[in-house]
Amino acid sequence: MPLWTLLGLMEGKQTAPWPLAEGADGQAGFIGMPRYNPANCTDVCQACADVCPTRAITMRPTAEKADGKDGRLDIDYGRCVVCQLCTEACPTEAMTPSSDWAFGAQRREDLIWRTPPLRDRAPGKRRTQSFRRSLHIRHVDAGSCNGCESELQALNNPFYNLHRLGIFFTASPRFADLLLVTGPVTNAMLTPLRATYEAMPEPRWVMAIGTCAVSGGVAEGGYASGHGLDGVLPVDVYLPGCPPNPAAIIHALMMFLERVPQRVKGGQLDQ
Amino acid sequence: MNISQSTSLEPGQLREAATRLRDTDGRMQMAYAWYPEPDRIELRYVATEAGRQEFAIWRCVPPNGVPSLATIWPLMGWHEREITDLFGVDFSEHPQAQRLVLHDGVNPICPPFSPKYPLDLPLQHEPVRQVVPELVGATADVQLLPFGPVRADVLESGEFLFFYIGEAILHYQPRLFFKHRGMEKRFEGLTAAGGVVLAERVSGVGSVAHALAYCQAIEAAANCTVPLRACFLRVLLAEMERLYNHLYYLGHLCHTTTLKVGEAQGKLLAERSKQLNTKLTGSRFLRSILTIGGLRRDLSPKGWLSAELEALREDYSVYARHLESTDSHLDRLITTGVLDQRVAFDQGATGPIQRASGFDRDLRRDHPYAAYGQLPVSVPVREAGDAHARAQVRMDEINASIALIQRVLLLLPDGPVSAECKAPPKSEGLGWSESPRGTLFYAVHFDDRGTLARVKIKSPSFSNWRVFPFTVHGSNMMDYAINEASFGLTIAGCDR
Repeated sequence: MPLWTLLGLMEGKQTAPWPLAEGADGQAGFIGMPRYNPANCTDVCQACADVCPTRAITMRPTAEKADGKDGRLDIDYGRCVVCQLCTEACPTEAMTPSSDWAFGAQRREDLIWRTPPLRDRAPGKRRTQSFRRSLHIRHVDAGSCNGCESELQALNNPFYNLHRLGIFFTASPRFADLLLVTGPVTNAMLTPLRATYEAMPEPRWVMAIGTCAVSGGVAEGGYASGHGLDGVLPVDVYLPGCPPNPAAIIHALMMFLERVPQRVKGGQLDQ
Repeated sequence: MNISQSTSLEPGQLREAATRLRDTDGRMQMAYAWYPEPDRIELRYVATEAGRQEFAIWRCVPPNGVPSLATIWPLMGWHEREITDLFGVDFSEHPQAQRLVLHDGVNPICPPFSPKYPLDLPLQHEPVRQVVPELVGATADVQLLPFGPVRADVLESGEFLFFYIGEAILHYQPRLFFKHRGMEKRFEGLTAAGGVVLAERVSGVGSVAHALAYCQAIEAAANCTVPLRACFLRVLLAEMERLYNHLYYLGHLCHTTTLKVGEAQGKLLAERSKQLNTKLTGSRFLRSILTIGGLRRDLSPKGWLSAELEALREDYSVYARHLESTDSHLDRLITTGVLDQRVAFDQGATGPIQRASGFDRDLRRDHPYAAYGQLPVSVPVREAGDAHARAQVRMDEINASIALIQRVLLLLPDGPVSAECKAPPKSEGLGWSESPRGTLFYAVHFDDRGTLARVKIKSPSFSNWRVFPFTVHGSNMMDYAINEASFGLTIAGCDR
């Protein structure tokens, strides 16, 4: 054991300075949510909407197209599974790949594409100061593919080292402030999920991690699978992504704690 | 492999065929049901025959009460129970005729895979008291611990029942399929290309293995050839997936033996591996790159990946050497959760689990796909069958994977990475891959419009979860977490 301690010390500090200071967040090369550029969108094409596997992109009804500024598409990033099919199908570069991943949002409508970005955001529910540097999380897997779990487990590796931010995972819902849910909520997990929420002391909050928890994802509906958390539990933070990378999860948690601002408005990141 | 060349068997011939397969060193792989027409159901059995690269496929049209093969091939027990739950086909003389996928308290109007089942009608779950095995004799000291489905830490959902006295576990029963999403049914009606996005999301940490097996099944149905460069890059992606999975596995195993620094270093290596994935493909899980007929776009690993991997390998070999010389760690692994070779075979253990119990089997070498036939695939095997052997097999596989990737980088030919590939209506195909956890099969069937009529997924964790309890009965509570970690199971893959 002393040998391991020595080895660990010899490795030096492996933790990324981000998000507390400028520095690499570990996501170099990451391809995130596709960006929409309505100026490039042509009137005759619906290739992106046709290939979208989760109906995140739909054609806006003709009557509403008139003003032209919002483009022809309704895009719900809360449904996007980041498969990039739309960016490949688009012949005019109206949908392009991007590195955008900080999609944590307090309101579901912040994930829906609008132009210009909404500026009139009502402030979210104020959380007490005391949570800001000591947040305890209970995670529930409500039927995910294990991709989101893999990224949540990565949060405690030395690179992200979530503990240093005063954020901890706890075994019991009794000690938890925040319920973090992954998966589309399968029929069989509905009762255990609700029971976990009921076991939490108030005040309590809920975060939907991953597109499945936000809207159902690729497995939505059918005989066994649900439509995400809406209608099941009150959601305080939505973070779509398939899966959201660890930096996106950290950003959403820091945003929940009001330590960083929300970056997504009208389905776009502030630049 | 195109599965139109299959053997048609009468229900009465099934047991005889299964017995012959067992006596000639073959092995049953899986069984599934599908509807060739809305009112006609058909069973399919997939088997390995000794010395043959081609898989044997049997077809059988079930009357009521098809003979169960579970007494000849115990591993078939779960396959048959799944078919009963989802298709309503009954098997006669099944030794364990209970629900598997659907929980007690679910009473669908008709089996959910029946064409009569209304689309998007959710199954209703009535809360029922769970039936547990009855104990006979002096039971006053036996305690029952139901654990889950929401467990401690960030873990997948599943419920486990422990009957124990003090530290000793008398009986252990996992209750899975809380995460059953009905993924196979979600494929129905999709185009072949549309299914890739779904296949990548069946088991997140097996995205490449699933997408690859799926694509290869479609390519078999379409009878098309994937360009050589794409074949090599597919090997590269599959081995990158094995790498981050196995590195994380070692870190997590250290977590259960409370070797804290070892845990941190293993998970840090896994993180580095995932960051290499991002640099290579833009996805930490290597998603959005595979497609029918090859790859969606070319990758450029030349010039940087080799050096990065070599640096990773050097750090890994120091780490592995220290793990293998830490007594406190090894003491917890050696003799823990021994899986007997006979049990491993009968119950259908696969991947590193069966290789740690003395079976020298690996789809990459025995039934080569992508470019594996042109590459030297080394298959590490151990005999001991304990947690240490399972860790050692994976440790050797890390080195083997890195060596394979380096080889691919040397040999990588230039050329296109995708080919036109269109499966005709009514065609069918079987695809497979050796995922980090073992044997993965996809069987696909197209309808007369050329859209998917049925996709069957046999994931490695479905097999290994069936095996796992056999190593828990009679063990002790302190070893349970270590034993479970040493199997490296996913529940998402099993439950689908």
